[in-house]
Amino acid sequence: MTVVIDRTKPTPPPPGEGSGPISAAAKARAKGFTLGLYKPRTPIYPKLVHGQWRRIKWILLIVMLTIYYVTPWIRWERPGALPDQAVLVDFAGGRFYFFWIQLWPQEVYFITGLLVISALALFLVTAMFGRLWCGYACPQTVWTDLFIYVERAFEGDRNARMKLDADPWSFNKAWRKIGKHAVWLGIGFGTGGAWIFYFHDAPTLIRHFWIGQAPATAYIFCALLTVTTYAFAGFMREQVCTYLCPWPRIQGAMLDEHSLQVTYRRDRGETRGPHKKGATWEGRGDCIDCNACVVVCPAGIDIRDGSQLECINCGLCIDACDEIMEKVGRPKGLIAYDTDAAVAARVARQTPIYRLLRPRTAYYAVALTLVSALMIWGMTHRSALDVHVLRDRNPMFVRLHDGAIRDGYTLKIANRGFYPKDVAIAFTGPPGARLRTPGAATDGEALRVRVEPNEVRAVRVFVTVPAAAIDAPNMPAAFALRADGDAMTVKTNFLSGAANAR
Amino acid sequence: MSHRETDEHSGVETTGHEWDGIRELDNPLPRWWLYIFYGCIVIAAIYWVLMPSWPGVNSYAKGVLHQSDRVEVAKQLAELQHLRGAEGAMLRTASLETIEKDPKLQAYALAVGQSVFGDNCATCHGVGGTGAKGYANLRDDVWLWGGSLEDIQRTIQVGIRSDNPHARQSQMPAFGRDQILRPAQVDDLTEFVVALSRRPANVAAIKRAAPVFIEQCSACHGPQGKGDIKQGAPDLTDADWLYGPERADIRNQIWNGQGGVMPTWEARFSPETIKALAVYIHANAGGQ
Repeated sequence: MTVVIDRTKPTPPPPGEGSGPISAAAKARAKGFTLGLYKPRTPIYPKLVHGQWRRIKWILLIVMLTIYYVTPWIRWERPGALPDQAVLVDFAGGRFYFFWIQLWPQEVYFITGLLVISALALFLVTAMFGRLWCGYACPQTVWTDLFIYVERAFEGDRNARMKLDADPWSFNKAWRKIGKHAVWLGIGFGTGGAWIFYFHDAPTLIRHFWIGQAPATAYIFCALLTVTTYAFAGFMREQVCTYLCPWPRIQGAMLDEHSLQVTYRRDRGETRGPHKKGATWEGRGDCIDCNACVVVCPAGIDIRDGSQLECINCGLCIDACDEIMEKVGRPKGLIAYDTDAAVAARVARQTPIYRLLRPRTAYYAVALTLVSALMIWGMTHRSALDVHVLRDRNPMFVRLHDGAIRDGYTLKIANRGFYPKDVAIAFTGPPGARLRTPGAATDGEALRVRVEPNEVRAVRVFVTVPAAAIDAPNMPAAFALRADGDAMTVKTNFLSGAANAR
Repeated sequence: MSHRETDEHSGVETTGHEWDGIRELDNPLPRWWLYIFYGCIVIAAIYWVLMPSWPGVNSYAKGVLHQSDRVEVAKQLAELQHLRGAEGAMLRTASLETIEKDPKLQAYALAVGQSVFGDNCATCHGVGGTGAKGYANLRDDVWLWGGSLEDIQRTIQVGIRSDNPHARQSQMPAFGRDQILRPAQVDDLTEFVVALSRRPANVAAIKRAAPVFIEQCSACHGPQGKGDIKQGAPDLTDADWLYGPERADIRNQIWNGQGGVMPTWEARFSPETIKALAVYIHANAGGQ
């Protein structure tokens, strides 16, 4: 029921043959759902493995965690009272800072665009190389890896852990368990603790945090992420991927027979079976059925069952198998990143063809390019000036003593830049229009106002049009704003009530 | 109480109450309901101890927490005052012109002014400040008592024909009602005033009314009918009519000499509030 693509799997052995399921997932599956409302979790004790993919995973783990923990502490000089934190989601001030970029809440479409790009990139990578995200970059994978590392440090490797769990309670068992959970909680706290720095000035918050002066949200989210990290990486682990995460279900739509995935090359491996040293390899497969690939699997599956929903494509079984192949003197790569199509081709004694360019990948690549181009265009053409014109509605117009009509507008001028802007406001519409703002000495054909950086200034503008120039109750008009390099024109109307005045 | 009996269908005892042949079964309450009920009793007992709950003769039991909404409100108001501190203090000391010129202070004064205007002034002058017949339009450029910041501030402070000793005072005589002029003279004067605002009028009547206007009206409205801000006398040559532009309106005004009352706000508003209101009204009138 959980198999995504099942082209490589040979017909299942008839019942009664073989020794039954060996992977934790297969065992759990075999138990079925008869025991209760929820399927009980079969504990998984992944064995430590060494090799190329494990090394890459360690390196990525360090890189990812470093990015996560260090980012909020990067300083980025900004003028004035603006925060000097390079990456900051300032909810209180309603700003998002990312190095040289500063986004306002109304520009949230940039975030949407970024999410669309991320999704498309994920689609493309998955269609070409399989679940790289799941296996290497997903926080669930990274933190679970870290937690298993801690578990191993306290309780030993797979066999020691299984024995410890089976043993009755003792001082030895107690201190190992307590130590493990304490460190887990510590890591959880560190995760939650780092998270909140993205939302406040980190150096200030870390001081305030310990003396109880930080905002309640900081404590709440720190506690929340402590608990979720502890629970997700400590207890739920592969269940998060299998049951909580929608992505394994969705990615079935991205993968096809040409996607690179961690694959058991059954063309080479079958017929599997134990192999005695010195015996011939003729007439049998390379798989010696040692289960090395199964015991290292953090998802608790048997990769030889074919590609499965639970498989996060982490490549640890490749390392495990390579080690064995080396020992028994067979070529490496019995389990490797390969495609179902290639395996099928080799089974049929044809030359496997690898096709990275397929309609699917082409669509994703084109969509990704388009959205990225749009985003880059949007970011580079983003104006630091933003204007909204609000017409007075009550009254819509005022008749002056000489019959001239005056309309009131509120111009909300946002300066999204880092420096003050002198904005020139001009009005186009009925001829002879005069502009005035309260506090200005005189009226004129244009106004000049200063807008401080990172602020929205509401400017009241009154436009007076002489009676002679008024020929319609509703005349099209526009405000044109200019400020060193940025220009913007906003359409509006000049209402005069001419029809009912005459 | 009636005798106990058992319902034959369910085997449950009844309460002995009967309505139209329907008897009430004495089933036990659901457990969850009962626990919530007990829980409420416990919470009530705790609440008694913690919160003010027992009335006394002159006072009441304060409760362990000394919770008081009155004190909370006072605290929040004090906090609000503290938050407003900088701008509030500036409003007190800064001149009206400074307030209007400084973008931050202006924005603050406009916000304060808008809320005060909506609560107090809009009743007569309208939410938009455009007034109505007999209530001045505060959005145009016609100001009976002057439209400068200081003039507006003063008018708000003392009011017009109010009970304030310094109120702006002026009273147009009721020329017709008090029989100062004959009805025919009032009719002629009406034509004259219509003509002042460059509208067609009866030429003979204008001729007859000219000496009357000089004699009776020019002292306040000026020989050209341009009005006098010092006396609150309106300009009769423009298109703005407080009591209506039609002949009937104008005749009615000459006959009755109406004068509205604007209350004095000195006692009700703080000086800062009046300042903010003046800036708000001045700004919305185009700021001239």
